[in-house]
Amino acid sequence: MASPPKLDVRIWRGADAGEFVAYEAPLAENQTVLDVVTWIQRHREPALAYRFACRVGVCGSCAMTVNGRARWTCRSHVKDVVADGRLVIEPLRNLPRIKDLVCDLAPFFDKWRRAGGRFEGAGTRREPMPATDPDTDARRAADAGIECINCAVCYSACDVVGWRPDYLGPAALNRAWTLVNDERHVKAREVLDAVTAGGGCALCHTHGNCTEHCPVGISPTAAIAGLKRRSLRRSLGRRWRRRGGWT
Amino acid sequence: MSEAALFALQRLSAKLLAPLVIVHLVLILYAVHGGLSAAEILERTRGSVVWGGFYVLFVIAVAVHAPIGVRNVAREWTRWRGRSLDAASLALAFILLALGLRAVAAVVLPG
Repeated sequence: MASPPKLDVRIWRGADAGEFVAYEAPLAENQTVLDVVTWIQRHREPALAYRFACRVGVCGSCAMTVNGRARWTCRSHVKDVVADGRLVIEPLRNLPRIKDLVCDLAPFFDKWRRAGGRFEGAGTRREPMPATDPDTDARRAADAGIECINCAVCYSACDVVGWRPDYLGPAALNRAWTLVNDERHVKAREVLDAVTAGGGCALCHTHGNCTEHCPVGISPTAAIAGLKRRSLRRSLGRRWRRRGGWT
Repeated sequence: MSEAALFALQRLSAKLLAPLVIVHLVLILYAVHGGLSAAEILERTRGSVVWGGFYVLFVIAVAVHAPIGVRNVAREWTRWRGRSLDAASLALAFILLALGLRAVAAVVLPG
């Protein structure tokens, strides 16, 4: 009897210092990269550290670098990403490594906050939510980026984040763009100030890696372009007002 | 000068440079294809307010645009930061401005 088909899996073990360890996993017709990692942890390497929660592409916690490319592993099918029968799985780029496939996401979420990512409405929880018109340009711009699951795939794929540690990154700027366009958010100006400051949207090179990699099809590149336009107009307007125009 | 102001300056100078560069390139192609000699070119540029103005504007836009970009590239690709980098960028701006204006003067001012 022929032996069942196998998958050659190389997984990064360790933190910054470490090595790839080879494992053999069963190859199934229908399996995701996360299925493979889970199988290895359950059957071959109980100490293997990795993150996941929902397994259906909602929580954004299972992103890893698979064969050189950042992906959400729960919805990446092995047959779509395998190369020569091999999967090379590493932690995400641009984030501090903790152990094996687990990164420290604190810098990612710190920047999200630094970009003014926290929503603040005018009302209290006792008042009804204000109605928003879905057909305005601003709402459409906000809706285009609102489904971000904060998986940090874009952050990992962005070259500018690698070059400039202070750069806010695509996810935080995309979040900022949704808030700038949200009529219910009362701190749109503060958001614009935050993304216009050093490390903000001006650093984007419009490479489009974030858009190319985003698993849910968002275009942070477009969001950042919007922020650039808006912040340019704002800084010019401010200069103008300081000189006595538009008062 | 704030990063926001530098960004605004770089964007505005880029908007200005886009048409200027196109005219400049077309002009080069025209001069080369038409087989104009240096003397014929100087004959057309000397004393010309239009070409003088065009290239003075061009040089100013370059002197604003390029150093800001070079500063960004330096901060992305090297560890160079801070005042020395700002000073070097400013120096580059003045060098570009001086070289450019000198070149414009050479072709526009009567010889």
